[in-house]
Amino acid sequence: MFSGHSPELSRAIAASRRNFLRLAAGTAAASTFFGPAALRGMIAPHGHKAVVVTFGGGARDEETFMPDGQENIPHLLGELIPQSTFFSQVINKGILGHYVATASIVTGVYETFNNFAAVSPNNPTVFEYFRKDQKRPATDSWVVAPSNGFARIGESGHKAYGPGMGAGVILPKRLLSAALTSMSDGARYEHLLRDNYETPLHAPTLTGHQIELNQMAEVLKLSVDDFSTHARSLASPDEMSVYVAKHLMQQFAPSLLWVTLHDIDIAHSGTFSLYLNGIRRCDRLCAELWQAIQKNPEYANKTTLFILPDFGRDSDIDSGGNGFQHHRTGDSMSRTTWMMALGPNVKQNVIVDRAVESIDLVPTLGALLGFNARFSPGKPIPEIA
Amino acid sequence: MLPNQLTTASFAAYPAEARALAATHLERLQQLPLAFVPLLLRELIVYDYKFPMERRDLDRQLRYLASLDAEAFRQVLAPFAGLRLAADLEKVDWVDNPAVFTEQLSAHLWTTHQIDAFRAAAVDYVAKATAAFPNEPTPTHRLGLAALGQGVKTNDYKLFRKLRPQGTYYTNVRAENGVQTLLQIVAKRAQAHPAPYSHWYIDGGAPLPAPEGLTQVSYGGLSTARAALQSRMQKIYEASVFDPEAFRTTLAQTKPGEIGLNTEQDPALSRYQLSVLTEGSGTQVFATTFVQWAVREALRRAEPLTLFARFAPRQREKQMNELLAETLHKPELDPQGSLVDADMAAYYHWLNQQRLPGAEKSAFLVWFEDHGEAVAIAPGIERGKTSESPVSLAELAGRLV
Repeated sequence: MFSGHSPELSRAIAASRRNFLRLAAGTAAASTFFGPAALRGMIAPHGHKAVVVTFGGGARDEETFMPDGQENIPHLLGELIPQSTFFSQVINKGILGHYVATASIVTGVYETFNNFAAVSPNNPTVFEYFRKDQKRPATDSWVVAPSNGFARIGESGHKAYGPGMGAGVILPKRLLSAALTSMSDGARYEHLLRDNYETPLHAPTLTGHQIELNQMAEVLKLSVDDFSTHARSLASPDEMSVYVAKHLMQQFAPSLLWVTLHDIDIAHSGTFSLYLNGIRRCDRLCAELWQAIQKNPEYANKTTLFILPDFGRDSDIDSGGNGFQHHRTGDSMSRTTWMMALGPNVKQNVIVDRAVESIDLVPTLGALLGFNARFSPGKPIPEIA
Repeated sequence: MLPNQLTTASFAAYPAEARALAATHLERLQQLPLAFVPLLLRELIVYDYKFPMERRDLDRQLRYLASLDAEAFRQVLAPFAGLRLAADLEKVDWVDNPAVFTEQLSAHLWTTHQIDAFRAAAVDYVAKATAAFPNEPTPTHRLGLAALGQGVKTNDYKLFRKLRPQGTYYTNVRAENGVQTLLQIVAKRAQAHPAPYSHWYIDGGAPLPAPEGLTQVSYGGLSTARAALQSRMQKIYEASVFDPEAFRTTLAQTKPGEIGLNTEQDPALSRYQLSVLTEGSGTQVFATTFVQWAVREALRRAEPLTLFARFAPRQREKQMNELLAETLHKPELDPQGSLVDADMAAYYHWLNQQRLPGAEKSAFLVWFEDHGEAVAIAPGIERGKTSESPVSLAELAGRLV
């Protein structure tokens, strides 16, 4: 009934992913013919950029990398994985709530605050490390997040960093709701603020440093009318997030851009078909973002893209959960996920089997972008950093 | 408050049978660690409204704890006693509000990285109690029946993909009056093995008239309760200060009568219906989720011998651009999406049935309603086979009874 994290099971999950990827994408296992030292990337050139895509509401292997799930991720399998170094065993040892888990990835420290509280992370964020060490302006790091709950993810409460040192945060749904409310009957659009599928109707009080509607035109060079009109053509909040991310890339070309997607988390409603739709959309949007990176001269050939779920979802086997619907058991399936890295200094078509942790990402970014994630216990991943 | 401060007066607010049980086992309750006793009380406080199998389980736990000598008792509870708890937890009124304590304990265990140790301790404890006082054999094997796909004319989705390896996939099933056929099978089993809450019919739409002896629950039949609950949820949401944890607690503390559920006729069933709506995520809105969770909870709590689940189309989730374009909210149904939902839900139905005692003898039938596809799973039925031979649904189901 209850089963905690099992390293053996995590390895088995990773091995299963690797075997499938070998068959599906012809990808080679790094451990077979390269040691980590041989894979150590080149020194990142000046002006290197990084885009990180996390998705809250991880997708399970059954619906992605296993044979039955292959149909849901054609872009990841056919386009992105062959160009990437793929880490098949990324362990999240923290709290499995989306905000606190994403904050843990952003800080490189397993944060322990209340997932539903509107609080800043306790430890410095990647954006603060980057801006302070590299003396970068505020416009050089941005977060596009799905929901009000992420309003304070841009900067920490750490005394050595904190206010004014972090990233700009854009909450597209919040902007859209504000835009529509200013134009007509706002009550009609309340559903747009539904941003936490774990607690239906939850829209926490907003207390962050996110961009508000009246700043949008100035910051994004995007009129309320144009934004609202475009939003009406989009199928989901994640599409809106990617639209805003692309707009940021064109306007500011930030060196560090963090996008969190959230459509998949509709799984909490228990509707399997909508969960699959979310996976397919996320698959497509990741490919669109990579294409946008390749087409933008500010980004092409100098950007590393990282894609990773914040954590997994419960397995069907653990009776303490309810399968794909939640991530409450803390079992190995819900803690073991994956990550892919694509970019000019990253080996292509390689799988890394050994376990890394989700908190290793920030030190890895530090090695790429030239900052010291001094408060993170994570380790730079040698195959990339 | 600490467990050793418990007295019979502590349980004054408990319903009659729960109060009596607490008094009987007071000495043991006083000796339990704080990380454990509220979890036990969470079950005890609703003893009067529990299904017979749930009462059996709680009785077993209390008997087991009473049977242990001092050293064995210490050893069994040591993993719980060893958990580091926040001092604030002692201040929670865990006797009258054990659910509140449990929520806070859960958050604390996650925060302090003790959740895995707790889960391991819980597994070990339940296994030991069950081994000490095993279940009686069931009077017959269990049978699960599922009908899905109402309203779907053509389908490209590969149905029963997870269940086919477990049994035989039939592609030429004749099924006139198929739903009635399945209901009659449930009725016959109810007549042959009558026992309270042992034979269930759960429907995602408006319920069909059910034969006597069946426990019946339906999404359509609970429309008034669902509307009342959604209204309460909306009011909490619109409050000036919104606290999601308090929101959950408020939902958990809702009384059946407060949302129009009949508490006089069948208190255990009305409490079950309330829990499906308040503890299940999505059950208030999506008919497919309602059936899946209702089946899961019925199997987990009542351990029925027979359970027939009939899925109905849920409302269609509109895309963002559709929602923005609409001037009026017009509910529509999504039969194809519901088919995919129900296909997974039927797999979970079988999985949850297999978690119950006697799994090796259990049988299961899932049928694409008004179509010719079905999967049958039983000890005598070949696994991983496809049969294209014509067969009637009644004949197929008859092999499983």
